Amino acid sequence: MAVLRLEKLRIRNLGPVDLVVGHKECVCLSGASGTGKTSLLRAVADLDPHDGRVYLDETDSRQVEPATWRREVAMLPERSQWWRDTVGEHFVTHADAGLSQLDLDARIMHRPVSSLSAGERHRLALLRMLGNEPKVLLLDEPTGSLDEASASRVVALVARYRESAGAAVLWVTHNLAQVARMSDRHLSISGGRLVSASRS
Amino acid sequence: MNVIPLSTPDLLLAAVLVLALATVTAHLQLRLGKPIIIAAVRTAIQLLLVGLVLRALFSHAQWYWVALMSIIMLLVASREVAVRQERGPGRRWAFGASATTMFISSFALTGFALSVVIGVDPWYAPRYAIPLLGMLLGNTMTGVTLAMSDMTQCAWQQRLVIEQRLLLGANRNEAIEDIRRQSARTGMIPTINAMAAAGIVSLPGMMTGQLLAGSSPYDAVRYQILIMFLIAASTGFAVLMVQWLVARQLFDERERLRLDRLTLRG
Repeated sequence: MAVLRLEKLRIRNLGPVDLVVGHKECVCLSGASGTGKTSLLRAVADLDPHDGRVYLDETDSRQVEPATWRREVAMLPERSQWWRDTVGEHFVTHADAGLSQLDLDARIMHRPVSSLSAGERHRLALLRMLGNEPKVLLLDEPTGSLDEASASRVVALVARYRESAGAAVLWVTHNLAQVARMSDRHLSISGGRLVSASRS
Repeated sequence: MNVIPLSTPDLLLAAVLVLALATVTAHLQLRLGKPIIIAAVRTAIQLLLVGLVLRALFSHAQWYWVALMSIIMLLVASREVAVRQERGPGRRWAFGASATTMFISSFALTGFALSVVIGVDPWYAPRYAIPLLGMLLGNTMTGVTLAMSDMTQCAWQQRLVIEQRLLLGANRNEAIEDIRRQSARTGMIPTINAMAAAGIVSLPGMMTGQLLAGSSPYDAVRYQILIMFLIAASTGFAVLMVQWLVARQLFDERERLRLDRLTLRG
């Protein structure tokens, strides 16, 4: 029953932002480059200093251990990072079910990270994050580097996770067709404020 | 048995060798001629001066003169660490951090060696205290310099990985475990190498000095072993302490990576 609430959130020239993302809700966020979409996600994940408050189920982020907060309010950055040699070393839990949903072979876990395509990395990064069983997903252009087929698999996996875990989703994208398919609400950033965008 | 004194012409003979080296490198356009000459002149002046200082110190062996000399050595060593940092929380911070860690490790271990291990009377007798402290400080300074600059450089280069690991729920210690391991190695490897190669590849400087001065090899070797162990402990503990201080600077109270606190020097 996750509810994410931002209260007067302020980062550099963005804000104050007030926003509630409800249980199982998906809010899409678009806007020109440099308007602060990524900054907003980073602040919600508590990766950057910010003013204002962020609540998860009415618990202030500052009352939660930072590491615990980031496991529950999980952000998928636009470019994933890998620091060990093989894929499997980055996973703590088994991700077999998710692998097949993303059309990835289970043997990929034994492959060196350097042999992965950009699309494979990105899908694996999503799985790795979902392994923490987050209550909120902050997705920064999660389908940006993917072809049409992979993108729709990612969309489907996120939708299924949202349904089964009751997660709230804040989804940054430029793809308006995706917005139409995915979102319960569509917002954009304009002049440092969140405004409601027309659905296309 | 007394050491054969070296006269000024003796030293000038050796200086000719350095001059020859500088001339050759100048001809090869290696741009090392001037640095070699300057460094050689500095060596001569600095050592002659310190010889005078030590002679005065040995004849006035009061604890406060020894303390003053030690503090000056510590400050100079800390300055050397600070000016070698390309990226870090500022020169003043680097100076303070290295002075603190080197004071704790080198001074404590020198005191321990003088009073407990060797049993000098009085324990601050400058003939033992100053050379011992100098050797510990010199080596510890190198270790601290390397560990500090390696850690801040690596944190900068691997900032995306560190943040990725934070995002996946790592705490700050887990997020920088690789960097910490790497910089500890960088800081301690010179000391570990020196211990591993001692006696076989090289005869360490202090032992050579004692042998030349007529000590029995038995005594010289035992002193050298003591010194090696002290250097390893002093360097190692100082590296660990400075890593801890750097790690605290890299993150804030919400375990966010704060590279904005690191300044870059051109």
